[in-house]
Amino acid sequence: MSANQHGQHAGHSTGSHAGGHAAHGDSHYVKIYFILLALLTVSIVGPMIGIKVVTLITAFGIAVVKAYLVARNFMHINLTPRYVIYAVTTTLVFMFLFFAGAAPDVMKSHGTNWEKPGWIAAEKAYAAGDIVGASFGAAIQGHGAEHGEGHGEGHGEAEGHGDGHEAAGH
Amino acid sequence: MSSRPIATTRSAAGMPTPRLAVWWLIASEIVIFGGVLGSYIMHRLAHGIWADYAANTNPWIGAFNTFVLLSSSLSAVLAHQAAERGDGKRAANLLYLTTLGGVVFLCVKAFEWTTEISHGMTISANTFWSFYYTAAGIHAAHVIAGGIIMLFVAQTAKRNEELHRVEIIGIYWHFVDLVWIFLFPLLYIAK
Amino acid sequence: MAESIRVDHAAHHDDHHGAHHGGHEMSFTEKYVFPLDHKMIAMQYMFTGMFMALIGGFFAYAFRWQIAFPGTEAPLWGQVSPAEYNSLVTNHGSIMIFWVAMPVLIAAFGNYLIPLMIGADDMVFPKINRLSYQIFLISAIVILSSFFVEGGAFGGAWTAYPPLSTKAEYSLTPLGSTLWITAVALEFVAFLLGGINFITTAMNSRAPGMKMWDIPMVVWMIVIASILFMLSVGPLLAGGIMMIFDQNLGTAFFNPDKGGDPILWQHLFWFFGHPEVYVVLLPAVGIVAEIITVFGRKKLFGYKTVLYTAIGTGVLSFTVWAHHQFIAGIDPRMANVFTVTTLLISVPIAEMMFVYIATLYGGSITLSTPMLWALSFIFEFLIGGITGIFLGASGNDIFMHDTYFVLAHFHYTFYPIAIIGTYAGFTYWFPKMFGRMMNEKLGKLHFWLTIIPFNTIFLPLFVLGAAGHHRRIFDYRNFPELSHPWMWDLQALATYSLIVMLLAQIIFFYNVITSWISGPKAPKNPWNANTFEWTATSPPPHGNWPEGLPTCYRGPYEYSHPDRKGSDFWPQNEPG
Repeated sequence: MSANQHGQHAGHSTGSHAGGHAAHGDSHYVKIYFILLALLTVSIVGPMIGIKVVTLITAFGIAVVKAYLVARNFMHINLTPRYVIYAVTTTLVFMFLFFAGAAPDVMKSHGTNWEKPGWIAAEKAYAAGDIVGASFGAAIQGHGAEHGEGHGEGHGEAEGHGDGHEAAGH
Repeated sequence: MSSRPIATTRSAAGMPTPRLAVWWLIASEIVIFGGVLGSYIMHRLAHGIWADYAANTNPWIGAFNTFVLLSSSLSAVLAHQAAERGDGKRAANLLYLTTLGGVVFLCVKAFEWTTEISHGMTISANTFWSFYYTAAGIHAAHVIAGGIIMLFVAQTAKRNEELHRVEIIGIYWHFVDLVWIFLFPLLYIAK
Repeated sequence: MAESIRVDHAAHHDDHHGAHHGGHEMSFTEKYVFPLDHKMIAMQYMFTGMFMALIGGFFAYAFRWQIAFPGTEAPLWGQVSPAEYNSLVTNHGSIMIFWVAMPVLIAAFGNYLIPLMIGADDMVFPKINRLSYQIFLISAIVILSSFFVEGGAFGGAWTAYPPLSTKAEYSLTPLGSTLWITAVALEFVAFLLGGINFITTAMNSRAPGMKMWDIPMVVWMIVIASILFMLSVGPLLAGGIMMIFDQNLGTAFFNPDKGGDPILWQHLFWFFGHPEVYVVLLPAVGIVAEIITVFGRKKLFGYKTVLYTAIGTGVLSFTVWAHHQFIAGIDPRMANVFTVTTLLISVPIAEMMFVYIATLYGGSITLSTPMLWALSFIFEFLIGGITGIFLGASGNDIFMHDTYFVLAHFHYTFYPIAIIGTYAGFTYWFPKMFGRMMNEKLGKLHFWLTIIPFNTIFLPLFVLGAAGHHRRIFDYRNFPELSHPWMWDLQALATYSLIVMLLAQIIFFYNVITSWISGPKAPKNPWNANTFEWTATSPPPHGNWPEGLPTCYRGPYEYSHPDRKGSDFWPQNEPG
């Protein structure tokens, strides 16, 4: 919470804000808008160059820049009390914590007493060139084409589960 | 509006109550999107094959929708400026324009999804498509909710009442826009 | 007293009264069914929570009977079938945490106390407040309705691990599982709305003069708990949507055969599930802080220390979640990290307990009913906390996992939080809530008849767990080599104690009803306490202080202050 004076009551009737906004005219926002559109163009053109690093930078680097521009200029986060920025940052930090804690397990196909049959089969098929990446469909089913759409009734799980995650439960 | 408690009019934390509340709402939304996008990124990094699935998305549609949302954000912030000046009529009209942006976004989305689903890229096709529809679907739900609330806000703003609400719904709308700014590269561009 | 209350914000004041009280009497529906008043919404939460507690307690009775006397019919229930057993256990856990601890500790006490204790006339968003209760009520109806659908209620434990929760072939509850996760998701939405209301109210609507260190501890705790809830529940809400899709749309987020990962659900769940423990703990320790200072007539020892330990606990609670998954096959290196953080979190909590003991030291203690509950909270929670250290060590947990030791451990934490904390707060604020004094004799009888059986339920379970008794066994007669006669005796002792404890609650409800009707009228400030709520009439009217909202002049715990002549308490609203 803020260290502001307590007991002060902000006027509710007027449209003005406690913090007071910088004296931007509408043209300022139009300018920011065009900068955002220019950045959008860059992020679309980026992947066309075909270099992975460039794509990552143009995709996510620019997303961060755009996010900053929107948060600062449209949402006026810089004019809110400091604790708002802290609160929002805290949520992001906790999300990184979640990622750091969960990723070591989720990003593995094998672990202590378990494996993910669907993943392993798909990677095998992918390596062997059986699955073209574009053939979305039942690609990751893994046990062969006859599984079709596999809405949970296919016999894939009957085979897979013995050595799947459940086995870890003992 | 009728009875507003004295509690609502106080601002011991140095910020009007509705604005403070919408920032807390955004904080709680960040973790909702953080959960689903974090899970998606874990899978995306781990599975080489997902890049090929992602190649089936249409970046032009995604880019167009980004453009639509950015434009609606501009009209939302201009509505806020109009409300600051006490021009409720203009604010309401700009809010209607913003809502229209949301509607266009959803129509494009509907067209895009129909095409993809008819080509077999359904939500249950594989985990990539599950994440694709779930993440974008949660986002679309926010667009719908924001649009509906915006219509109510515009209704009161037109009568020059409760003009502070224009800013509040605007902040929320920018947040929805922000989420899309990250969804766009995650789902469409990174291949 | 009236002269000490500065009329605050006069212009708004008049508007306000014109609107709230002017002219029209509120109809029954406006006042009790769809109220906007924070106190009435608090009562709705309180009684919904207590009703759900009765259901959850009855479930416990039914499956405890099956555990101790398998094959015999439980009176009032009948023979418990294996499927019923699973759904009873699952819903006992879910109901007690999501529909009892949360609504009573956070929502009921939060709604009742925050505006009164910070000197406001209501929550900042009364309509959102009402909406959050309505969503909560719907979620309660959904969870109860799951018992009446085809296949019965969900039986895959309150943690809902896939594939048991996502595949109807395994759970055999095609509708029950979806209703369960839907109810939980709705409940989260309700508390997100409520939480925003609590946080904003406490931040923005404090009385003039109330600085950060003048806020009563229970308000701080409910706010910190709401923030923790808000920051932890998001991933699980997203996970809940993913699970509903897995159940009904054929996606495979948590299905390893089709490219998903069941461990991901466990991470999503426990990233919320562990902070959730602290979400319900913090309001309870806040309530205890209020009670031990009033009935010890001493200033809270180390106000800021309590606050910082609460924040520290909150932050640390986001780093410990995978200690629930030590044997799920998580990366062993991560298990080491989570062991260390888990053991670390006992440091701030232990510090908080020491502060409470230091507060009691040298005080002139009155052993009233609320004080007995508060003291027993400290004592019982200590047992829960210390046994947690055994389980936090990953090596030891491999043996202890899923035994009755774990069960006894978390009941020694949750029971003090949800039951003892609630009774402490309820008996302490009863005069304010209902304008009558409770019967002390009945209150103490109820206390002893609850606390003693509580210990005789769960202490034996520690022993059983250490001996290797597994907590998910429906009928131990099928494992004669694992169950000695003394084990059966201890199980029977636990079940008999549970029945005694449940019956003892009749005393409580009798006491509440008779005191409410014919108890002695409560004065404004029966306990000679300092905080604002005791300056309003008992019960406070709509708007809380029709004569004008109070102004704050000092901290909430100025008991037995040397500068204060002639009285051992110094209300926050008295100038000078």
